[in-house]
Amino acid sequence: MKISILNGRILIPCERSAPKDDQHGSRADLYIADGRVIAIGDPSSSPSGVLPDGWVPDRVIDARGMLVAPGLVDLAARLREPGFEYRATLESEMQAALVGGVTALVCPPDTDPPLDEPGLVEMLKYRARGLAGAHLYPLGALTVALQGAVITEMAELAEAGCVGFSQANVAMADSQVLLRALQYAKTFGFQVWLQPQDPCLARGGIVHAGPLASRMGLPGIPVIAETVALLTMLELVRVTQARVHFCRLSSAAGVGLVRAAKLEGLPVTCDVSVHHLHVTDQDIGWFDANHRVDPPFRSQRDRDAIRAGLEDGTVDAICSDHTPVDDDAKALPYGEAEPGTTGLELLLPLVLKWATETRTPLARAISTITTGPAAIVGVDQMAGTGAGTLAVGAVADLMIFDPDVLWTVDRNSLVSQGRHTPFLGYELAGRVTTTLVAGQPIFERV
Amino acid sequence: MIRRHPQIDGQGRLRHLLSIDGLPKAMIERVLDTASAFLDVSDRTVKKLPLLRGRSVFNLFFENSTRTRTTFEIAAQRLSADVFNLNISASSASKGESLLDTIDNLAAMNADLFVVRHAQSGAPFLIAQHLDQLGKDVHVINAGDGRHEHPTQALLDAYTIRHFKKNFTGLRIALVGDILHSRVARSNIHALTTLGVPDVRAVGPATLLPGGLESMGVRVFHDMREGLRDVDVVIMLRLQNERMRGALLPSAQEYFKHYGLTPEKLAYAAPDAIVMHPGPMNRGVEIDSAVADGPQAVILSQVTFGIAVRMAVLGMIAA
Amino acid sequence: MNTPTRDPDDTLGAVDADRAYVHLLDQLRTVLADEGRSPILVGVHSGGAWLAERLHADLCLSSPLGYLSSAFHRDDYGSRGLPTNIKPTVLPFDVEGADLIVVDDVLFTGRTARATLNELFDHGRPARVELAVLADRGGRELPISARFVGASVLLGGTHQLVLSQDTQGHFSFRVESGPR
Repeated sequence: MKISILNGRILIPCERSAPKDDQHGSRADLYIADGRVIAIGDPSSSPSGVLPDGWVPDRVIDARGMLVAPGLVDLAARLREPGFEYRATLESEMQAALVGGVTALVCPPDTDPPLDEPGLVEMLKYRARGLAGAHLYPLGALTVALQGAVITEMAELAEAGCVGFSQANVAMADSQVLLRALQYAKTFGFQVWLQPQDPCLARGGIVHAGPLASRMGLPGIPVIAETVALLTMLELVRVTQARVHFCRLSSAAGVGLVRAAKLEGLPVTCDVSVHHLHVTDQDIGWFDANHRVDPPFRSQRDRDAIRAGLEDGTVDAICSDHTPVDDDAKALPYGEAEPGTTGLELLLPLVLKWATETRTPLARAISTITTGPAAIVGVDQMAGTGAGTLAVGAVADLMIFDPDVLWTVDRNSLVSQGRHTPFLGYELAGRVTTTLVAGQPIFERV
Repeated sequence: MIRRHPQIDGQGRLRHLLSIDGLPKAMIERVLDTASAFLDVSDRTVKKLPLLRGRSVFNLFFENSTRTRTTFEIAAQRLSADVFNLNISASSASKGESLLDTIDNLAAMNADLFVVRHAQSGAPFLIAQHLDQLGKDVHVINAGDGRHEHPTQALLDAYTIRHFKKNFTGLRIALVGDILHSRVARSNIHALTTLGVPDVRAVGPATLLPGGLESMGVRVFHDMREGLRDVDVVIMLRLQNERMRGALLPSAQEYFKHYGLTPEKLAYAAPDAIVMHPGPMNRGVEIDSAVADGPQAVILSQVTFGIAVRMAVLGMIAA
Repeated sequence: MNTPTRDPDDTLGAVDADRAYVHLLDQLRTVLADEGRSPILVGVHSGGAWLAERLHADLCLSSPLGYLSSAFHRDDYGSRGLPTNIKPTVLPFDVEGADLIVVDDVLFTGRTARATLNELFDHGRPARVELAVLADRGGRELPISARFVGASVLLGGTHQLVLSQDTQGHFSFRVESGPR
């Protein structure tokens, strides 16, 4: 399909903020043919790329007042299939991804059964392809049934399509098994994704262990649960030189450890959940179960350190940590409620909110959910897709969004079957109007 | 989002009693004053007032407690309410019915007031907000939620202190024991600091004291003799055996040696100091019999005052 | 004995509370002497309590003085809840078989008097109960009457009659608009 996207402003992600950063993107038109971006620019001056003579588009999209950016790359979105269809389905969540402007997503292996066999991975990929939406990159289970005892057939799983291996948030008690798993992964050059939380120190905990937990009478998960796990994992990385990506850092101390590890030259990267950019333990209010998440929201100091980590590049990417939970599982006393928030449709507006509050240039901000995560997954793995970039010649995985439109987050406006977030009832700025995958407009907001 | 505390309605009236945290000082004082008036009802020939006549009070105890449930029952009956006791641990909840389904069923039976005790911190808040959202005119009293709060206990403790010590300003008060797991301690800390007690102390081993006590206005002591020095009120807390999860204390004997209240340790307090305990007592674990039965102990008065205070709370809320 | 005066709105400053008190005291003195009684006075918080204290002194009664709260037997609990400033009932004598005079400042609908009777009867069965008030403002909604009345006045339902006592012990009435 030949498409002209006219009158919009193009937002190219930029890891470092250049001095003359344009907060509003640069005014340019964009042209798509055969699923790729073939030209960017104003035809009257010389556009980069070449528009063929007699160009007649099949569709013209008017992007006046909008920004045109690469489709978002989300490092953690739970689609709840197989096994948890009562919480959400592939159909509803892939739709939520498109509504949120996400064109590539990584899903953790904690399905039921967990993704520890190639057949399950192939089935999932097949189902996703049939839905014509975002590209799906599954993570394989690091150990069989995520039990932390026996390592999985990583090579087979990689062949079936896994881009890395993970324990999701099921901690591994046996450090020797973790050592062996990292050694094995290193053999094949696989990346291991780990959420650092020591199961013994976190045992029984529900909220961040601080003055608020004491006041509310809720058992706490201390910061040392994250740092003790990180220290152990970093030692294992030093010894094996395996590539490790740390998932969902939550504390200032944790960010500090990763910063030092990167300076040392260890092959590590990390991400944070978009909600953790904003929410602290104080926001729990009167035991609002929408705030029950794993890892927990920590103190203001921790949140500020996460923001500082994004600023200096210690934190490589922001993800949605999309975890749909059904209503019954949240309508329980706080300690019994299931952890998890919806995230796919909030990823963009919450990143924009962070950018506005910290005066982070938009191009830099958008890189945390496009080029940053794409680099974690690996360009090779994402070959044949837009891979978070917007350039002439690249596959046209794009999204068009209005950065200023205000909308209220509530049960009616959310498409995902997961309708729980601390931002329920809030007004946020920023909403996707069109999402294109391989040059096809798959989602358009009416 | 800072919102109005769910226990106070739009007109500033007490609709539920969920926590002392968030209860204004004037309201606490009103409960104490009202309780004074209720105190003599138990001495009358006709031990009943018609205030709650025709109202249905449901005692929902998801955690067993004969003592607290009985005092609420007595208080409600003295106000002429119809009282129904539901021992949930034996009924539907153990069969898998969710908490809110249980509440909906009981509300459909036209309950006017729920007195709730639950093992989870925050459960009464969930119940109260659910009922308010449904537009049901049912009041909720928190009779103890997990480790969080036990508001009526703190109110009767404050009443007891006021009865014996007249003024809160100028008092030194020590809470001794397992504060980490104690909802009584948390409620008392909020009540006493709100009422203006200048020196509130927590005494116990590091494993039994939660972090962040200083931010709640409390001075922390690990040495009990130092912690009791010159105090006017000693509140002993029960060692919560059933709530301890491993490795918090080596033994009851070692605990008693360092943190049990004996006459020798009590001597460090002011000579006219009073000794309180929410009950039931573990004699020889946190308190020595000589002290429990001694002249400074006002533990039985707490029980008497407890009925009047609960009558006051019921009377203030159920209108 | 009672001289009703028609007073439309706000001129009740004209009713001299002290004069009404003297009138009330006279009635009590006369009747008690005639009937040879030594009753127990029970004052209803707060205005009736002040009056009872003064009457007790002026009548030189040796019997104890009681105080009553009507708070717990009011019939408007469902709509108004508990009053904010409850003072306790104190009856330092045996109600059983007692000769009682309940003292209150204003008699209006009669509901407070009904509530105080209920409160009394929770403590025992008195031999007799009579009512003494400083002002009877009419508007009865229950079959209640006072035997001893200091002054009678008619006042519309949208007004309240409030007694105060200054630091020297002088009584005065004022009218406040607005229903109870």
